[in-house]
Amino acid sequence: MYGFEAMSFNIHGGYLEAIVRGYRSGLLTAADYNNLCQCETLDDIKMHLSATEYGPYLQNEPSPLHTTTIVEKCTLKLVDEYKHMLTQATEPMSTFLEYCTYGHMIDNVVLIVTGTLHERDVQELLEKCHPLGMFDSIATLAVAQNMRELYRLVLVDTPLAPYFSECITSEDLDDMNIEIMRNTLYKAYLEDFYRFCQKLGGATAEIMSDLLAFEADRRAVNITINSIGTELTRDDRRKLYSNFGLLCPYGHEELALCEDLDQVRGVVEKYPPYQSIFSKLSYGESQMLDKAFYEEEVKRLCLSYEQQFHYAVFFAYIRLKEQEIRNLMWISECVAQNQKSRVHDSVVFIF
Amino acid sequence: MAYSSSWSRALVQISPYTFSAIGIAVAIGISVLGAAWGIYITGSSLIGAAIKAPRITSKNLISVIFCEAVAIYGVIVAIILQTKLESVPASQIYAAESLRAGYSIFASGLIVGFANLVCGLCVGIIGSSCALSDAQNSSLFVKILVIEIFGSALGLFGVIVGIIMSAQATWPTKAA
Repeated sequence: MYGFEAMSFNIHGGYLEAIVRGYRSGLLTAADYNNLCQCETLDDIKMHLSATEYGPYLQNEPSPLHTTTIVEKCTLKLVDEYKHMLTQATEPMSTFLEYCTYGHMIDNVVLIVTGTLHERDVQELLEKCHPLGMFDSIATLAVAQNMRELYRLVLVDTPLAPYFSECITSEDLDDMNIEIMRNTLYKAYLEDFYRFCQKLGGATAEIMSDLLAFEADRRAVNITINSIGTELTRDDRRKLYSNFGLLCPYGHEELALCEDLDQVRGVVEKYPPYQSIFSKLSYGESQMLDKAFYEEEVKRLCLSYEQQFHYAVFFAYIRLKEQEIRNLMWISECVAQNQKSRVHDSVVFIF
Repeated sequence: MAYSSSWSRALVQISPYTFSAIGIAVAIGISVLGAAWGIYITGSSLIGAAIKAPRITSKNLISVIFCEAVAIYGVIVAIILQTKLESVPASQIYAAESLRAGYSIFASGLIVGFANLVCGLCVGIIGSSCALSDAQNSSLFVKILVIEIFGSALGLFGVIVGIIMSAQATWPTKAA
């Protein structure tokens, strides 16, 4: 019952909620980012990071550092924290935590399939996979020739199996089909996650619905923008939009017809919660759209911490940590390539 | 007078000792339920938050102590109530005076029990939020403690009214 979570949430979730709030307090602040942005070399970055929570993970790295090493170690910290929480969680929190990683699983599957298509080595691809989305038998994906084999050999044993019902065809895998497969899987995953949160009810349902609706709308806009000018038909485009969210169904009708960015802007600006995103961009500019979306997402994720006794804080923490890792990657790349003037282009401050 | 099979007739035929005993049981039992509920709500958050911020442990034990106080109120009132139970001669058991005494002990027990139940719950939830906020920002502790103090006053109100109710629980004396 909404409003009375406080009476029974702490039996199973109280300890882990306190732990995740502790992790959140360890996220880098604006002051940390300012220090990092003023670094000259990657070793300076390592020195600054060793004063933060990342210290134990980076201190044993030999110089010279690479940006990929920094990102890998920071991701390792996220994975350690996630596993710590997952092992202590009971149902339904453990299912909720697992749902948070299915997106990465989908990305890993697509990465390996695409890489195999372009004749890359499987071991190399496995190293690039996101650790949160690993599962056993992931290496077998390299063997499959079409989606039906993909499903039958590997994916039927994974949690992604139910999402495949809509996209099993016997066509051979090529770049276009793989992108469509990725988006179809992600759509099924979001809808499944949404239904699961609705079933949990209470504050979790309300806050997660808001966060997932924003995710669904953001993906709809990105799919629209990325498929302008490609051979994706309007009907195919409509099939990739999720069936929940603010933009569904009228916004989706209009988005399916859009042919350039200004039309997309016109559609999305009709929805007051999203007006602030496009107002930051001048007409015709699309590079800053990603950053605007990330800023809006971070704002909503931070708001979820204002309420106690629900599961959305876990989802929010994983997302905020990923944003922090993206920030660190951007800063490291800018420093490594001596482009420090562009450092603030893509860093989203969390606090 | 009421019909022979009406509820009102049935109620007055229940012994006042039954009502008194139930009142005393509720006073202690439900108070302890409230205290335990509050302690586990606060305790689980406090333990988790103290991992990242060990400094909060000693101060936040106050929340646990406020919850515990609720159980102590229940014990005190139960002891007071059981001293009010007196034996009356068999002919007087269903006299109006006896019924009145039985009902007042019952009511006193209910008052104290349920007031302490919600007070324990309230203090427990506030204590959990207090621990989590203190871990992030230590200046918040004292401010949230004020809220907890107001919350714990609820149990005290229950105890005061309960003791007043039971003070006038006088059983009839032997003289018929």
